[in-house]
Amino acid sequence: MSAETFRIGFLPLVDAALPILAHELGFAAREGVNIELVRDMTWATVRDRLLYGHTDAAHMIAPLAIATALGRDRPAVSMAVPFVLGLNGNAVTFSTQLAKDVGLGETLGDPATIGAALQRVAAARKIAGKPLRFGVVHRYSSHNYMLRYWLAGVGIRPDTHIDIVVTSPPFAADALAAGEVDGICVGEPWNSIAVERGVGHIALATAQIWRRGVEKVLAMRDAVIDERRDAVEALLRALHAAAAHFVEPGTAEESADILARPEYLGAPRDAILRAITDRIRLVPGGEPIHYPDFMFQHREAANFPWRSQAAWLYSQMLRWDGAAYSATDAATAAAVFRPDIYRAALAGSGAPLPGASSKLEGGIDTPLGAGSVQGRLLLGSDRFFDGRAFDPDDIQGYLADLP
Amino acid sequence: MRIAIIDTSTTRAAIISDGLREAGLDDLVLIDPAGPLVAQVEAAKPEVVLINLENPSRDLLEDFFAMSRALAWPIAMFVDQSDAEATGAAIDAGVSAYVVDGLSKQRIKPVIDLAVRRFQAFSRLQRELDEAKNALAERATIDRAKAILMKRRGIDEPAAYALLRGQAMRTNRRIAEIAEAIVTSDALLGDME
Repeated sequence: MSAETFRIGFLPLVDAALPILAHELGFAAREGVNIELVRDMTWATVRDRLLYGHTDAAHMIAPLAIATALGRDRPAVSMAVPFVLGLNGNAVTFSTQLAKDVGLGETLGDPATIGAALQRVAAARKIAGKPLRFGVVHRYSSHNYMLRYWLAGVGIRPDTHIDIVVTSPPFAADALAAGEVDGICVGEPWNSIAVERGVGHIALATAQIWRRGVEKVLAMRDAVIDERRDAVEALLRALHAAAAHFVEPGTAEESADILARPEYLGAPRDAILRAITDRIRLVPGGEPIHYPDFMFQHREAANFPWRSQAAWLYSQMLRWDGAAYSATDAATAAAVFRPDIYRAALAGSGAPLPGASSKLEGGIDTPLGAGSVQGRLLLGSDRFFDGRAFDPDDIQGYLADLP
Repeated sequence: MRIAIIDTSTTRAAIISDGLREAGLDDLVLIDPAGPLVAQVEAAKPEVVLINLENPSRDLLEDFFAMSRALAWPIAMFVDQSDAEATGAAIDAGVSAYVVDGLSKQRIKPVIDLAVRRFQAFSRLQRELDEAKNALAERATIDRAKAILMKRRGIDEPAAYALLRGQAMRTNRRIAEIAEAIVTSDALLGDME
């Protein structure tokens, strides 16, 4: 029986929901697998436990899995991502002072408009010798890349006009409160906790920057996939069932109750519930507003690991590390995402399975039918805020065209 | 070789630095966990950084090291590829290490091994301390249970103890468990008579 146990590392974030619920609500048991959850406070520790076998799989920021496979800052280890745990679910929160300086409203504004106002503040602060400083959860995080994508797109050059530093999610609100940073880009419930404490205003949901941005993934060492292929597929079915349950109307309260427990998030249940139901309180004491698809955990085959998502992350890694394009690295990065395993695990179920493994990212305006080998697949708008699209076969052309 | 020690437990940090000093490595910098981390590390300019695995500042620290690659002072995580077991043992013990580029493995290895042994010793100490605390707490519970029995049944202390012991033997439980049950039920039902 021990061969069927998966120890899964996670950070206390709302989007760690799927492995937690798969365990708590019996989806794992139904597939004959046992999940043991291992909670940590830093991504470095989640990664180290995964690499040295303390865990078999991990809830992980997608770019970190790719950076690990590419051997960034350490020797390369082959990684596999057979399942996406969710899209978006993060927000950009300004300090109360910055919100005032930028003139943030009581609703979610337009990214370009807020960007233009922020650009003026950033320029003034730069001249005053106190450049704005934003915190992201990790160098290799979607938060870092989404924030930078937006800033560069509105004329604020990261590392030149604005400093970007690392702040772990549970300490992000503290950093805002202490004035160490002027803004943060983190996952929930940590933005809401900053708002609740009266130290921040939510400026944007990352879904406004990229409507269908890849977020956390289930990462494993390649070796584990090879050695335990059948059990891995059973685990994916359990996570897929948990995801279907998670987005079902009427389940949010129970999910929030479970996630709020001290052994999981140890965070206020109401903030978690709001994130799950796409309701966000932007300002202290304000009424939560509804922003559809704030978190996107299941519909439109959201759990399918598109190789083009990995390719986009690789393109941003090059962009901000100032590294040169390498065809070998691009292939390695894209190959971390494993749609083949996802399809094998869910063949014969009702789940829609895309026929392609890669797509044009940001190319859909209105819902579009997509080719599938099983089930019917309709993809909603996946636009970037600036209207650009990413062709995974032309990373160099895309990068050359970016600001 | 300058070694910086970053640990959320100041006791463990002291245990490690003692060990390093005994081994003749006395160029040590203890980083104050309450102070600004990066500024302290930057000022110390260490060649080796030892940090506890579960330290909440590791992402911040790794980002700083990644940035240091662009400067003249690159530091990277110590991963002994020729001996993966050694790095695994360090992770198991709960310690991670970062070393400056170009430092030879022969010089680093003894430092890491020593840190691992000290971390393990610290865990052992903590376990023993926990056990001692538990034993002390159990002793106190047994004393309270004896006092309750003496009062309620009007018996002396040896008789009360014999009663506890007899019940434990009959029900195949530990004396401390029986005592715990008596103390709990006394707390709940004590005033009923």
